[in-house]
Amino acid sequence: MSVNTHAAGMPRHAASPPPLDPGQRRKQARQVRLGRLDLKMSPYLYVAPFFILFAVFGFFPLIYTGWVSMREWGLIKGDQGFVGLQNFQEVLADANFWNAMLNTFGIFVVATVPQLLLALMLANWLNRKLRFRTALRMGILLPNITSVAAVGIVFGFIFADRYGLANWVLQSLSLDPVSWRGSRWASWTAIAFMVDWRWTGYNALIYLAAMQAIPRDLYESASLDGASPTRQFWQLTVPLIQPTILFTVIISTIGGMQLFTEPLMFNYGAAGSGSGLENFQTIAMYIYTTTFEGNFKYGLGSAMSWLLFMLIIFFALINFLLVRRSLKGSVK
Amino acid sequence: MSVPRRRLRGIAAAALAAGLVLSAAACSASDGDSGEGGQSTIVLQYFGSPGFDAAVAAFQSANPDIKVDAQNMGELKDFTPKLNQWLATGQGAGDVVMLEEGTLLGYLETPDKWTNLLDLGAASLEADFLPYKWANGFTADKSKLVGLGTDIGGLAMCYRTDLFQKAGLPTARDEVSKLWPTWEQYAATGKRFKESDAVKDVAWIDTATAVMQPYIMQNSQTWFYDTNNNYIVEQNPIVREAWDFGLQMASDGLTGKLQRWQPDWNAAFANAAFATVPCPAWMTGSIAERAGDAGKGKWDIATIPGGSGNWGGSYLAIPEQSKNKEAAYKLLTYLTGKDGELSSYKEKGNMPSNVKALDDPAFKDSTNEYFSNAPTGEIFGASAKSLKPIYLGPKHQGIWENHFETEMRNAEQGKKTSDEAWAKAVADGKKLAEG
Repeated sequence: MSVNTHAAGMPRHAASPPPLDPGQRRKQARQVRLGRLDLKMSPYLYVAPFFILFAVFGFFPLIYTGWVSMREWGLIKGDQGFVGLQNFQEVLADANFWNAMLNTFGIFVVATVPQLLLALMLANWLNRKLRFRTALRMGILLPNITSVAAVGIVFGFIFADRYGLANWVLQSLSLDPVSWRGSRWASWTAIAFMVDWRWTGYNALIYLAAMQAIPRDLYESASLDGASPTRQFWQLTVPLIQPTILFTVIISTIGGMQLFTEPLMFNYGAAGSGSGLENFQTIAMYIYTTTFEGNFKYGLGSAMSWLLFMLIIFFALINFLLVRRSLKGSVK
Repeated sequence: MSVPRRRLRGIAAAALAAGLVLSAAACSASDGDSGEGGQSTIVLQYFGSPGFDAAVAAFQSANPDIKVDAQNMGELKDFTPKLNQWLATGQGAGDVVMLEEGTLLGYLETPDKWTNLLDLGAASLEADFLPYKWANGFTADKSKLVGLGTDIGGLAMCYRTDLFQKAGLPTARDEVSKLWPTWEQYAATGKRFKESDAVKDVAWIDTATAVMQPYIMQNSQTWFYDTNNNYIVEQNPIVREAWDFGLQMASDGLTGKLQRWQPDWNAAFANAAFATVPCPAWMTGSIAERAGDAGKGKWDIATIPGGSGNWGGSYLAIPEQSKNKEAAYKLLTYLTGKDGELSSYKEKGNMPSNVKALDDPAFKDSTNEYFSNAPTGEIFGASAKSLKPIYLGPKHQGIWENHFETEMRNAEQGKKTSDEAWAKAVADGKKLAEG
């Protein structure tokens, strides 16, 4: 107890401390305890919302999905019992799943590589002394804050086969119209346009932040040594923000593996089942259609979700190892 | 006095508080079952354009104690997954929901999700409905009546008189009907149409897949399933016959290669890109919406090649989770009753399945202004009572839309050969039917 009172800031050697009656002493002690509690508890309280939200909307669904993935479960008919790894076997033997996998990777590569390059160029441009710099920097984030569904609908009209804007432009240049949903490359390209339109600015801002942390005198001495701006960019800027580049690669990979809304909207809102969308159906779309359309196979969809989750973990690990190696490299 | 326990308590309190906030947020979305002042609210969920607006308004003024919250859920494909999730979780579905013929049998496989309308007194309504429409609302063991019929899809052929005139074909509906008693003659007329240079960019029919439904429904009593729900499409020669006929028209250059219900198809109406389209009664509303004012008076309706048949049509049902079944039943029987169905017909051209409405002069003597005042009551009504019902099976709609229609379009657009597309459709359809 005495330690407590001391901690509360009451000097022990005070000339004649007025005697406290028991009620006051209890009150004081309670305040002290509350103060200590506040000190120790508050940080937990402040971070709690994230953990509670994560537990409810992240961790629990993850575990529950894992449980469902080992059961035969029709969405409407309900739980039909434990089947072990049968769902996983079925998924791995499903040609449509591998087709969706190919599409997901294809769109990811076609979308992400130009996107990150473009973002890098944009960031480098914005890193210079420009007029209206702040407005421009904010402006490139605008596509990112528009609703993805709205973007999808507009792009769906642009890339319509018969009466779309893109084909109209092609035809007025006397080129052949493209069947945008009819071929793998055309559909991947069209979807990549949507993805890039939304995310290039976002990545550019991240790069810009990293570029601003590079000391100016490095550039000054490089200029004195006669390095051209292009050379400065490739040999100074890019190596120095390498960890950031790898970070954006990880984020884009996770986003790319879960690609759903853009291809869905590209197909005017139909996730379809299998055959209709073989050119551009992504894994997320296939999961959706397996679970919520057709046969309503909740267990099978859950197994696919878990495979996708493990795939993302796998890629995140690879990226993580790359980052570590590159960091070690830059320390040397 | 032990601090650790207090700490735990603090954490628990914080967690509880956060949990309460979350659950309160989650609950508030699903409130709103009861309106104010003793009024109960009934949620009606439908898709497409059933023309319920005037009927709902009339129902509300006759029943001031019931407030109807009519929710348009978009197209059938948008509504189906939502309804399934609501049925699975036991909440979210409306008090009265609309079910399409092609998906109805799938819902009948889970009868415990639905209210038995016989318990609410529907038995006395049997004589009001076309016999097959009434019978299809029952579960397999006939013990439970899940749905009452709204519209049916009496068949006709809609065509553009202005394009026919340009191509030198007759334009009066009786003469046009005489051009194509059979599908072969319909295709032959299409070739005559295409010979004219005045319409060289115009297709004869919107898509090869458009002939499948009427053709099969005229010529077969089953489609993908037999009546025991076995997947029999390969043993049903009519399906392949219709498939080949449609693709033959495509290779003769008669089809527009469009995908139905998508923006290109909608735009094709506005651009007058095809001359004919097989139209069940409910399609007339869809055509008028898409072709807009510019098409008014340019469309007309002739009889369909190959005789009468049925295409589409819906039911209204009450999910078991509904909290106000009495009021829901009142609304359901009004909308499927004579006045309700005539009102739908007037609004969007949906043809009644209620016999009293079919016999009413308001239907029988009706004409459609948009379609050059065609006597729609007479054209559609003629086939209604002689309809041979066709058995569709539980996953008909999914098998058709996701596999057969898609693969046939692939073949039509030249991405696959007919045989490749057919084999893929049969295999994927089997997986869906038996999976």
